[in-house]
Amino acid sequence: MELVTPPPIRRLPLEDGAVATEVSPAPGGFTAARRSISAPQFSIRRMEIDDVSVSYANREAVKSVSLPVRQGEVLSLIGPSGCGKTTLLRSLNRLTELTRTATLRGRILLDDVDIRLIEPTSLRRRVTMVFQQPNPFPMSVFDNIAYVLREQGSRRQRKKALEPKVHSALQRAGLFEEVKDNLDHPALRLSGGQQQRLCIARALAAEPEVLLLDEPCSALDPQSTQVIEDLIVKLRDDVAVVIVTHNLQQAYRIADHVAFMYLGELVEYSSATALFGSPREQRTKEYVSGAFG
Amino acid sequence: MESSVATPPPARPPAPAPQKPGKDAVEGSATWQLSDRIGLAICWALGLLFCAIAVAIVVYLFLQGIKYLKPSMLVTPASAGFSESESGGFSDAFVGTLIVAVMGIAIALPAGVGVAVWLVEYGRPAGLARITESTIEAIAGIPSIVLALFGTVIFSSTALGFLSRTSEGVVFGRSFFAASAMLAIVALPLVVASTREGLNAIPQHVREASYAVGKTKIATTRRILLPAARPQVATGAMLGLGRIIGDTAIIVVLLGATQNFAPVGGAFPLNYLRGAGTTLTNFVYEASPTGNLNQPQKAYAAAFVLLLMVLALNAAVDVVHRRARKVGTWSS
Amino acid sequence: MDESYPSEYGPKWSDQRAGRLLGALVCAVVGLLLALIVTVFIKAWPSFAHNGLAWFGSGGSVEEQLNQIYLSGLSGADYVYTFHGWQLIWSTLLITGGAVLLALFSALFVSVFIVEFAPEWMRDVLQPVVRFLASVPSVIYGLLGVLVIVPFIGNHLVTESQKASVAGVISLSGYSLLAAVLILTVMIAPLMVSIFSDGLRSVRPGWLEGSLALGVNRWRTTWKIAVRTARPAIVAGTVLAVARAIGEAVMLAMVSGSIAFAPNPADGLIFIYEPSRPLAPTIVKNIDSLGSPPSNATLFAIAAVLLFSAAVFSLAGWVARRAMRKYGATA
Repeated sequence: MELVTPPPIRRLPLEDGAVATEVSPAPGGFTAARRSISAPQFSIRRMEIDDVSVSYANREAVKSVSLPVRQGEVLSLIGPSGCGKTTLLRSLNRLTELTRTATLRGRILLDDVDIRLIEPTSLRRRVTMVFQQPNPFPMSVFDNIAYVLREQGSRRQRKKALEPKVHSALQRAGLFEEVKDNLDHPALRLSGGQQQRLCIARALAAEPEVLLLDEPCSALDPQSTQVIEDLIVKLRDDVAVVIVTHNLQQAYRIADHVAFMYLGELVEYSSATALFGSPREQRTKEYVSGAFG
Repeated sequence: MESSVATPPPARPPAPAPQKPGKDAVEGSATWQLSDRIGLAICWALGLLFCAIAVAIVVYLFLQGIKYLKPSMLVTPASAGFSESESGGFSDAFVGTLIVAVMGIAIALPAGVGVAVWLVEYGRPAGLARITESTIEAIAGIPSIVLALFGTVIFSSTALGFLSRTSEGVVFGRSFFAASAMLAIVALPLVVASTREGLNAIPQHVREASYAVGKTKIATTRRILLPAARPQVATGAMLGLGRIIGDTAIIVVLLGATQNFAPVGGAFPLNYLRGAGTTLTNFVYEASPTGNLNQPQKAYAAAFVLLLMVLALNAAVDVVHRRARKVGTWSS
Repeated sequence: MDESYPSEYGPKWSDQRAGRLLGALVCAVVGLLLALIVTVFIKAWPSFAHNGLAWFGSGGSVEEQLNQIYLSGLSGADYVYTFHGWQLIWSTLLITGGAVLLALFSALFVSVFIVEFAPEWMRDVLQPVVRFLASVPSVIYGLLGVLVIVPFIGNHLVTESQKASVAGVISLSGYSLLAAVLILTVMIAPLMVSIFSDGLRSVRPGWLEGSLALGVNRWRTTWKIAVRTARPAIVAGTVLAVARAIGEAVMLAMVSGSIAFAPNPADGLIFIYEPSRPLAPTIVKNIDSLGSPPSNATLFAIAAVLLFSAAVFSLAGWVARRAMRKYGATA
């Protein structure tokens, strides 16, 4: 595809071998400081997406995508609207099955077991999801988290027994300090950022192996966004994180590996520095430089 | 692009074994706990029970009705006789039902639409609007027997004596006028609720478009809004009709304890309307073993006719809904 | 002539005139309700005045008292107003309570079934069934009750020994509390089902999806999230059903037997076979005595109690729904 008029301001740094800790000019020409991320300490392959295609009725939303998902790093799916990244995310915890017209071909493996062979509710406890619109339940903060814990067992556990787990989930989500004085506060009265962190705490309470985030900050203000981004990076050691984002700068800030999708196809998958610094594909170059999207 | 493992996380428990290799695991109730599955079983049991009851009612009434209903019953008035087959039919009751239906809805429909229009289009002062909404809800909750008693007071007053029979200065207070007026009150909340829904569904820009060409609010309502809300108004009217023809308490109290028309002086048709009479519901009540006549066969026949009328109204409501959906909606 | 055509007199109907006319209509409706309330209480006053709080107490047989009241009115001498309505009130409580409990239980499960778990074909059958059951006139329910249910209970469910055990007091012929409760349940459950279903459908889908995505199964998601959120609708439906049950006169008149009686739980389980006459059907059964002034007052007093209870329940429901707003359930 020919660029018609390359935008003059935006330059694409094309040097090779950009190192993680250097502050290289970010896409768009801003010198956005990449958070001082160290290279991932370790990475263990948790999920394998193997030649997966998803179609709704006759329209193909995802075409033959193969990706690894690793614990210890953040994988970001980027791409313009309608490119299939959300569909791919939702297929990881079989949420696509809620739509009757959806069909999936290919395999997705969780710890080398095809997820289609795992009972959906157990799968969704191991692979939990946080949505774009914060959706805390109409209960108190405590009950929102306790809900996840209670519905996993058969006997109703008493509040005292659940307290430590609820506290630890809130701490992992960085929300504990702000709500610890009144855990019975109605969750819907929290601010947007707090609600989203509550949703993350809820997702963590299930002690998942993989955490899926679908544009979690798109409805939030910049301060809340920053808090949540820091949180996501902190979590990567405990869970494998897959985040879908529309915001290139956000992907640049927090991702270790980036997958760029366009019209359902996986165009390029590489480490964040490589994809933003020296993308291999022409389409990636154009997207990252802002030519379309 | 694997890097070497520096500090591995604690070992995770192994994944649960797949259930049936080669077969997809779907979320069926088989995977739920026992209490959940019992709950689903209760759902099915109760759902089927409701269906069974409905079928039983319809089938039983149809069977009994067909057995006992003779077409002559619809055109022969009731008369005194020794056995059921000699006591005529219930034509008066049948015609009576039609009369109260027409009269009742003739009062309830304009009144209900008027109230709904005021609530949606005008609604000032706001306090009066809230009071009106509460009033309509309250009326919906009043038992019809209480309305019937109230009707006896109103229509026995000398001021309204012209609406029923008066003898020796005592107003009888029972007539088609009295019954229809009270039945209209019963139907009013249904008409109001349905019309309000219809009017509220019309987006604001349609009204603004009409005002912008200089039309008054009332003209807009008459020419644009009400015609657009016609399906809902019709639904409300039919629901109201259903309530009217199904009501017995008001009829028993306000229409007199007779099985035939008892016209009261004056000219046709006013003489019939001022007089006492009966409807199908009253007839069924009286013909049942707890009533005065104890003619169960004719009770079944009349109940069958009544049920057919109710079913027809239900079907009409369904048809109106389906046609309205086909026409399409506003692009709000 | 078209309204918008400019003429020297302006449009035919001005908005002000129309607004005032409709406003008058609305005031008339409100006035009608007020007139009803005032009339009922005024007409009822003599009965309350003469009995005081004993009106609600027990003592003697309601049947006899009504008879006395009626006769005294005919004679024109001192009117007798003595009335102790506890038998009627107790029957009302039993029948309404029993029917509402059964209906609430069934309506909850059926509405959850319709909204979430029923397969498509079952839903297409069940929804018209519910609408049908709601629209059958009460007199038809009464007819089926008196010609089918009552004989069935009288001949097949009640044993001879049970009949003998209470033979001195009352005859167990099938006109019973059981028949009344069963039929009333079928009458009010469809009402609750439609209101509950509306409430369940208006739950935010984001919550349901969020719950499923946390690994909670569909049954628990529906009950813990959807039903919990729809609690205001459940309260509203229950209040409406209670009002309907209290006011049901005709069906209960047909199924309650020929005399006023209140089931006595002290008789043991047989009490469900004993006849029961609640408040509303008493008016219908004694309507012929309206001409006698003290009877008139007594019947209006019963009507006043009905009105008052319906109002109290509506108020209780409104208060309950406001209390539920705290955690964000939409009222």
